[in-house]
Amino acid sequence: MPDQTDGRETDAPVVVVGAGAAGLATVDALRAGGHAGGIVLVGEEAHAPYDRPPLSKQVLAGTWEPERVTLRSVDDLAAARVDCRLGVRAVGADPDARTVALSDGSVLAYRDLVVATGAGARRLPFGHDLEGVHVLRDLDDVLGMKAALDRRDGARVVVVGAGFLGAEVAAVARDLGSEVSLVDTLELPLRSVLGDEVGAMVADLHREHGVALHLGHGIVSFTAASGAVSAVVLDEGTELPADLVVVAIGAVPAVDWLRGTTIPIAGESPDDGAGGIRCDEVGRAGDHVYAVGDVAAWWSPRENRFVRLEHRLTATEHARTVSRELLGLSREAAAPVPYFWSDQYDLKLQAFGLPSGGDEFRVVEGTLADRRFVGVYGHAGRVSAVIGAGKAKAVRQWRQAVAEGRSWDEVGSTTA
Amino acid sequence: MKIEIDQVRCVGAGQCVLAAPEVFDQREDDGIVELLDDVPAEEQWAASREAAQLCPAAAITIHED
Repeated sequence: MPDQTDGRETDAPVVVVGAGAAGLATVDALRAGGHAGGIVLVGEEAHAPYDRPPLSKQVLAGTWEPERVTLRSVDDLAAARVDCRLGVRAVGADPDARTVALSDGSVLAYRDLVVATGAGARRLPFGHDLEGVHVLRDLDDVLGMKAALDRRDGARVVVVGAGFLGAEVAAVARDLGSEVSLVDTLELPLRSVLGDEVGAMVADLHREHGVALHLGHGIVSFTAASGAVSAVVLDEGTELPADLVVVAIGAVPAVDWLRGTTIPIAGESPDDGAGGIRCDEVGRAGDHVYAVGDVAAWWSPRENRFVRLEHRLTATEHARTVSRELLGLSREAAAPVPYFWSDQYDLKLQAFGLPSGGDEFRVVEGTLADRRFVGVYGHAGRVSAVIGAGKAKAVRQWRQAVAEGRSWDEVGSTTA
Repeated sequence: MKIEIDQVRCVGAGQCVLAAPEVFDQREDDGIVELLDDVPAEEQWAASREAAQLCPAAAITIHED
């Protein structure tokens, strides 16, 4: 419906830039909430909206056909009166004029702009021009990597970066019969997020499956033969022979198209929004401008800082909140608790909250050695996160302790 | 309303149980969704829709007719 708050003609559509999970969920929530006006969904990739978490899991492993990740067909979107512009990139925005410029030369006027451009793979300053060096972010990246693995039985794969993506890719490549090395500058996989104890468990898991861990080392260069990578050179001099290299060193929010506008962009520090678009606690970045999903750094009253997360559930929760704002509905009282999961071999880690490697950590059920456990993280005297494996229901029951910021001392007393 | 779940897609986040505990449950160990009521009464419809919307694996389909 037109809003006349600033006296301007506002029959313009809601323009959602980014057709991933966050963008699609915004569109869905707007229509479900009764938004009758126009909606334009702009997507850089040619694919219909698809789901990203299965890419490094089922799609790379080949247990799912790629079509299975599709979240919505273009026909279904058209039926919901969503004007889809796929294969088109947003190249600029003018928040004063309320317009977005697209790579096909068109300029869209918007009633409200929802930025859902996600994040792109962080790259090394060298080597990405070599054949065999991959990043994994989009469906096409994953299909390219999968084709490369399929072409070569027992390929030597070096995974650079032992975060969630790197650890998952290492597990899938190992399951497919590749010889896998996992390299990280930190001493343990996932250490910066999950800390030493869970990191050590994950390291053992990979070792047991025959992955060669090279931890505490950075890579300094690649060795190449006729334009294709042949080895990875570590800072202590080791050369790891490689047919394929996966660079999984994080993601960079896709905000470059908004630089120079009044839309605020956070600093790079993880404590300051990690380079995302700075939003208030309901996703508003400025007049008629919102941001959702991986690109968005929302103010967190619980954390007292801007927080940017690359979690699938966060995308949906952002979309629900922003759509309520756009629909003029009342705000939901409870701030959501972040959730993420990771599949490696048969292990499924599930976590609620915002764990950090520097937090206190305590196992409250089961044992890490059995890989059936519930562990809680404590920060500033409060329960900050819960993680577990093989005890999903118990993990969910601990979510409440995270939501209410239960006293850390109380956790101590239950397990003393 | 008829509800359909896909236990292969499910990632065990338990968001459905949080949204609609009368309609969904999850298995103890892996957290995979279990449907308690595939044709819920009308007072469960809003919560069921919310569960489907929140599911991070798109594992819940709601048939409205």
